[in-house]
Amino acid sequence: MYRKETMALAVAAALGLPHAAEAQTQDEVRALREQVRQLDKRVQEAEATAQQAAVQASSRPTGENAMNPAVSVILNGIYSNLSQDPNAFRINGFVPTLGEVGPGVRGLSLGESELALAANIDHNFRGTLIASISPEDGIGVEEGYIQTLALSYGFTIKAGRFFSGVGYQNQIHAHAWDFTDAPLANKVFLGNQLGEDGVQLKWVAPTETYFDVGVEVGRGRQFPAGPAGGRNKNGVGSSTLFAHVGGDLGTGVAWQTGVSYLSTSPQDRSFDDPTGTSNSFTGQSRLWVLDGILKWAPNYNPTYTNFKLQGEYFRRKEEGDLTSGATAQTGGFASAQSGWYLQGVYQFIPMWRVGYRYDRLDSGTTSFSTPLTAADFPILAAYNPTRHTVMVDWSPSEFSRVRLQAASDKSRSDATDKQVFLQYIVSLGAHGAHKF
Amino acid sequence: MKAILRFVVALSSVVVALPAAAALNVFACEQEWAALAQELAGDKASVYSATNALQDVHKVEARPSLIARIRSADLLICSGSELEIGWLPLLLTQSGNAKIQPGSAGYVEASQFVPKLEIPKVVDRALGDVHPSGNPHVHLDPRNIARVAEALTERLVQLDPANADAYHARGNSFRERWRAALSRWEQQAARLKGVPVVVYHKDMSYFIGWAGMREAGSLEPKPGLPPTPAHLAELVERMKRDPAKVIVYSPYNSPRAAEFLSERTKIPSVMLPFTVGGTDKAKDLFGLFDDTIARLLEVVK
Repeated sequence: MYRKETMALAVAAALGLPHAAEAQTQDEVRALREQVRQLDKRVQEAEATAQQAAVQASSRPTGENAMNPAVSVILNGIYSNLSQDPNAFRINGFVPTLGEVGPGVRGLSLGESELALAANIDHNFRGTLIASISPEDGIGVEEGYIQTLALSYGFTIKAGRFFSGVGYQNQIHAHAWDFTDAPLANKVFLGNQLGEDGVQLKWVAPTETYFDVGVEVGRGRQFPAGPAGGRNKNGVGSSTLFAHVGGDLGTGVAWQTGVSYLSTSPQDRSFDDPTGTSNSFTGQSRLWVLDGILKWAPNYNPTYTNFKLQGEYFRRKEEGDLTSGATAQTGGFASAQSGWYLQGVYQFIPMWRVGYRYDRLDSGTTSFSTPLTAADFPILAAYNPTRHTVMVDWSPSEFSRVRLQAASDKSRSDATDKQVFLQYIVSLGAHGAHKF
Repeated sequence: MKAILRFVVALSSVVVALPAAAALNVFACEQEWAALAQELAGDKASVYSATNALQDVHKVEARPSLIARIRSADLLICSGSELEIGWLPLLLTQSGNAKIQPGSAGYVEASQFVPKLEIPKVVDRALGDVHPSGNPHVHLDPRNIARVAEALTERLVQLDPANADAYHARGNSFRERWRAALSRWEQQAARLKGVPVVVYHKDMSYFIGWAGMREAGSLEPKPGLPPTPAHLAELVERMKRDPAKVIVYSPYNSPRAAEFLSERTKIPSVMLPFTVGGTDKAKDLFGLFDDTIARLLEVVK
């Protein structure tokens, strides 16, 4: 606008002013003013047209690649300082899972990179592929699913590979976690993070208070199902039920709480005892999870300060037959175990957050029937692991984060692992959206 | 499996008492579009705004309460142009609601109906949080409100043809009142022409463009990044060479950076309502522009 005016004046000066010097009468001045006004108008019109053209030019599709899906890449790198040997990591009192639950390698390492592609397939479906590229074993499919868009009445169906809706943290990608590693309970009950090949049906109620209920059936490709990769059978290897309620409180609090249930029948689910022998379990595994999350930000504006409280309680019952690799004998086995964590993360000034997490597991009761004895399974000896974790992170923009985390981990019954992690997590490309 | 089925059936029978929806459910991402929908639909619609004036619409949590509301929406109106990219796509995929998905009649992106400003020639995150399809804060040019109003009335008629006459009548009445207000604002804002202004974020560009003001700097070093001491110090220096007449910020910004610069440079700072509900006087769209102009005229003497 300012430019417009100067331009109009300049033109007016060039055209009109030499005459104006000679102009004696009021009429002439008035005519000149009118001339300036006309010119100004013309400049404005020309600018508006140019602007419209620019709008059209910019919104013109650019050919074949105009329909490319949204692409984003997550990169992360970590420095780990561990007082105990990570290769000897175990969580005493609990059956070792098939997943990667250890604290990783010592020293500097490249974490798992993620490549995500997502787009609407047509008016009915949306597709998402998230590939994880680990520095050692190449490319894996972390999630790859289609999701309905057009079902209405609050229904959505997801099919493919996806993180199961059991609990709260399990559905969240590691790069969006508030701590470097998963809670101990997620490690022992879900093998770090449960991704299932299956179908999920979810329904959101037409109520002002949020309410959803969902059911998943899956292949049972990961712990607590087994064997790894799933059983060689038709039908369903695992099934999950979940329901959530959520809403707002006052002018800054949002909350959500949920209950979920996961049922599988593992067959020959094997685990290695620290002594090196391989045992296997066949039977029933049932897991209940209660979760709760509360977020606070003044007037729901998290830019300056915000607080997040998150906790989950897990309880698992397993019963069936256990085969000891050492004695080659099979007998009855039953266990009832639980665990929980509670964590709080506070952003005290823009970009900076601090957090604390407390983990506790309860090995509960385990019973062995003859010919098995508890002495055959030293890893399952009663022990209640705990862990304290603190972290501070700095996020100079929405797309980058640097985190320092320290933990005192009593997962092992005979040693405390003092851990320090320094980590960066960045995202490139399409702007991701994070679940509540 | 039987237990699961029984559980699902039991749960769905509990929540079967669906509320009878007489009015059109409108889900607006921002207060300005909620206010516009209310003007144009009156009692024919029940309007919900996903955000309040104290929220930064770039950074919104996809809260459960928002999913619950979007689940039952018949019409969605948002600024668009990637403004809500951090949360709206998530709400849309979780809604289980086909009526408001992109491409359907119930999905309205206001910024698609107006000429956009600041379409970047280079798109790079090193430049801050730039929007590839142009500045999305389109509502502060009052002419844009009129443009979006036309489009919104059309959609209301399309979605609820039984009340077409009512929507046309309300649309015409709004257009007339807006036209009258617009010529009043143009007269009032004539005094703002050419006035250099320091903004907090690039959320005032459309107002600045309409009023013919000149942006002399922004408190954010780059769009979306909070003010830094180094950048503020540089602004203080720049104000010595090219002094602005006013520093403006929005209710969702912390006033501290604006106050700091104001103290150092003796340039007055003023909070503008930015959207409906941003100040006591900005009760509706008319109040929004009345108060924005009044607050600026008060400091720009």
